[in-house]
Amino acid sequence: MAVIETRSLTKTFGKIQAVRGIDLSIEQGEIFGLLGPNGAGKTTTIGMLCTIIRPTSGRGVVAGFDVAASPTQVRRNVGIVFQDPTLDTILTGRENLQLHARLYGIPAGVRGLWIDEMLALVDLKDRADDLTRTYSGGMRRRLELARGLLHRPAVLFLDEPTLGLDPQTRARVWEYIRQTARKENTTVVLTTHYMEEAQQVCGRVGIIDQGKIIALDTPQNMIDSLGGDIVAVSAESPPLDRIRSLSYVSSVRMVDGVMEATMKSAHLHLAQLLPLISGVKSVEMRKPTLNDVFMKLTGRDIREDDAARGESWVETVARHQQRGR
Amino acid sequence: MNPSRLLQRELMGISAVWWREFKVFWREKSRIISSIVQPLIWLFLFGSGIGASLSVENVHYRDYIYPGILTMSVIFGSVFFGLYIVWDRKLDVLKAVLVAPVARISIFFGKVLGGCTDVLLQVIILFSFSFLFPAVDLRGIPQALLILLVTSIALVSLGLALGSLLESLEGFQVISAFLVFPLFFLSGALFPLDERLPSWLTGLVKLNPLSYTVDGVRGALLGMNRYPFWVDLGIITLFASVMLIVGSVMFSRMK
Repeated sequence: MAVIETRSLTKTFGKIQAVRGIDLSIEQGEIFGLLGPNGAGKTTTIGMLCTIIRPTSGRGVVAGFDVAASPTQVRRNVGIVFQDPTLDTILTGRENLQLHARLYGIPAGVRGLWIDEMLALVDLKDRADDLTRTYSGGMRRRLELARGLLHRPAVLFLDEPTLGLDPQTRARVWEYIRQTARKENTTVVLTTHYMEEAQQVCGRVGIIDQGKIIALDTPQNMIDSLGGDIVAVSAESPPLDRIRSLSYVSSVRMVDGVMEATMKSAHLHLAQLLPLISGVKSVEMRKPTLNDVFMKLTGRDIREDDAARGESWVETVARHQQRGR
Repeated sequence: MNPSRLLQRELMGISAVWWREFKVFWREKSRIISSIVQPLIWLFLFGSGIGASLSVENVHYRDYIYPGILTMSVIFGSVFFGLYIVWDRKLDVLKAVLVAPVARISIFFGKVLGGCTDVLLQVIILFSFSFLFPAVDLRGIPQALLILLVTSIALVSLGLALGSLLESLEGFQVISAFLVFPLFFLSGALFPLDERLPSWLTGLVKLNPLSYTVDGVRGALLGMNRYPFWVDLGIITLFASVMLIVGSVMFSRMK
């Protein structure tokens, strides 16, 4: 049974169309990732599904309740971890959970027990009675995760759960997410722009760009649809047309002066391919990632900020205006 | 869900917010201490100083302003408690509370209760110094407490209403200068409302709802009131009702 169902879900802020008609169906127990660059509409979509943002049009049903008509029932059945930390730093970890338990109407009789369970799950039992302002970034995230799950919601929404954490902590937070989802059979809907991490954690992903879902599948299927491995060759002027015509090559393009060819079983064909290119400086062979999927679909790189791609701010502004954002 | 269960949920939500405010209040001991010390400085340094050359209707000036200073600590404590949500919003502390399955108005009431509790506890501590003021009639304390409680409800609501409007902490200064201080000085907390006052000042004092708090408390503790107690209480209750409505509407609209 689908625990989340949306039909043409749309949100407009003034003239800006943040989300343009999203259709989704997410099953109980899934870990679903909503991927896309900054400003693609991920946070707005999640905001509508947990009733923080009112949809302009379209319909969203979460845990059997309409997000516009019965927001309180929806809220009771979802847990939320926001992009920015929202812990009460003047309270201890345990007190944060106690506050949450009361707000969500968890009966006094089981409150203490559930809180202890969650604290144990995220390994914060030892620090439970310290003020959360003394916690590290990773600990705060874990406590927020515990808080989001405390009232045993049907769906847990995580908006960029690992943003701003170091790689090691990120890996641990993902591990907690996976563990808890499995244990409680909670549906997890998350947004991230760390494609590699989404690939490992999510059962299914939807790629969102400019307010629309442009692809929806398992990470593996998406990657397979690219048609093989990626061979990146840095050379003076690779004969693109010639290479494109080869039977084993599915696509070729230039990325920042480097030729990237997608092909099946690259390790077998590399020896045939390289003699065709003169002045090879370097060769790299890799398995494609969701980032490559995104690039293929949009022609753009999802990774990090626009500035990191060597784009000047003038170009950035121009592109954003073009996109109507 | 049946109505009684729904009501029970909302009451639990209100008590959750109340509980949180009390925890925070109790944890910030330095804030409690300064909120007690400040009025005592007014009473003993300012009151004794002026009192050396001035008394009002044969009551020592320090004793005379005791009701006014109690009102002052209610004014400052309540308005700034309410305004504090600007800071909460900035730190995103409120965000997690606002997405809970609890009506906005319940969160508002929880905040009001929390603020009143803080302020009333401060007032009770100040009352324990009453024996130092010979003119004060201790039997008037319950009446004084009642009128100060209603005043606190009004002013916490006012603070929350303003706090939901403000975008930044810079507004604190503006509200402090243009609202809180005038409300205090125009309440007759520090001077009697007699015929020697310029008429414009008398007019402003009479327009200020907090003048009736000062009058009520002064009546209860010193027997020096211009209006009967029920008139003072009635006016303040009316003011509190209006502020509760305004505050809950503004709080509900807050982004």
